[in-house]
Amino acid sequence: MSHSEDPVGRRDFLKTAAAGAAAFAAETHQDDRDHPQDHDHDHQAVPSDLTLRVKALESLLVEKGLVDRTALDLIVDAFETKIGPRNGARVVARAWVDPAYKKRLLSNPAAAIAELGFTSHQGEDMVVLENGPKVHNLVVCTLCSCYPWPMLGLPPVWYKSAPYRSRAVIDPRGVLKEFGVEVDGDAEVRVWDSTAEIRYLVLPERPAGSEHLSEEALAALVTRDSMIGTAKVALAARGGAG
Amino acid sequence: MNGIHDMGGMQGMGPIVREQNEPTFHAGWEGRVYALSRVLRTRGGLWNLDAFRHAIETIAPADYLRMTYYERWFAWMLRTVVAAGDASQAEIDAGIPTPGSPRKAPLITADAVPSMVALRSSARRDAPVAPRFKAGDQVRARNMHPTGHTRLPRYVRGKSGRVVVDRGVFLFPDTNAHLKGEKPQHLYSVRFAARELWGEQASARDTVHLDMWDDYLERA
Repeated sequence: MSHSEDPVGRRDFLKTAAAGAAAFAAETHQDDRDHPQDHDHDHQAVPSDLTLRVKALESLLVEKGLVDRTALDLIVDAFETKIGPRNGARVVARAWVDPAYKKRLLSNPAAAIAELGFTSHQGEDMVVLENGPKVHNLVVCTLCSCYPWPMLGLPPVWYKSAPYRSRAVIDPRGVLKEFGVEVDGDAEVRVWDSTAEIRYLVLPERPAGSEHLSEEALAALVTRDSMIGTAKVALAARGGAG
Repeated sequence: MNGIHDMGGMQGMGPIVREQNEPTFHAGWEGRVYALSRVLRTRGGLWNLDAFRHAIETIAPADYLRMTYYERWFAWMLRTVVAAGDASQAEIDAGIPTPGSPRKAPLITADAVPSMVALRSSARRDAPVAPRFKAGDQVRARNMHPTGHTRLPRYVRGKSGRVVVDRGVFLFPDTNAHLKGEKPQHLYSVRFAARELWGEQASARDTVHLDMWDDYLERA
């Protein structure tokens, strides 16, 4: 890569990146909320350097007029409270109770997803993959973190991590076993590496014995991981986003 | 580029660590970095999603592995605002605008946020480009090692597969990342037998599917 091809200016970028890395090395915990007992430590008594540095950049851009602070608040709120795996779960549950809907979902995801009130543009480049006894689909992005966020929200840390990205393509059955999923030796494990702008949503198998459940109760069973392909949906599942 | 980000098939990265009831953001600053980057990325011309990805890829490997996901984004952002002329390094260091510097218009206002977060911008293009391949064709991923951005992972180069479906015309990230044009072309879902990629250790039943542009493929 020549410098003329590079929109960033690699040398400067690396300098900054290294500074960021050094700043992070000074932190022992990312999430103070999960480790209140650590607040007694001297290095935790003041806000982390990253907290300060991010706040400083935000303040600077707000003062310059380039960034509207309320817009930032709304974006954070949207991803913390509105855009998450409950969206995908509603689509899955509808497909389970309505065979005609399922057919439309598999053949024209954009239109089918829009039927449930989600904006049609969200599904334009979405592909829905049906899991069954013969085929188990598993989604990964080996190159970065591509993920169907309109349906599932932002990806969990493990999905973006080196262990998952490196192993999902070479050892999918080992990865699945680690997640507690055994795939029959006669079945095909079909891995989807999200190398382009197509986004993949797994339609998990409806659990046996769930025939009596309402669409709403079914949606509560559908987990985020089952829509990535790293879990099956269990009847006894507590539900929720995990 | 053959960077650390191209991880498919690497070994020794350790166990997959999962977190119960994981929050969307693990600290306040992560959410701010996410939101700031979404806002900054709306600026046309200087940046696009592919350029953003490439910038992350050029983080030195040791740093890339050590940094958390949003730290990489923050590192990108610091570069972006300087490169775009939105702030000087001196202003970033000081945390306040240089006295007398002109006030700018917001890239995104609060009322535009709902549609911004609802509409994922598409890389699909309505360009009249003829496909070079069709469903059922046997193809080989080209053995090439571009030093710039590419979405052709190392583990698939030189390997043979079969076109499953033509997904239509999409902009080409290898040029778009370097602001050298969109070069729209057909994108295909290509199926590779796991054994073609990994040899006998893989299950004879398993497959890996990748989305691949015309420029990544040759006839097998």
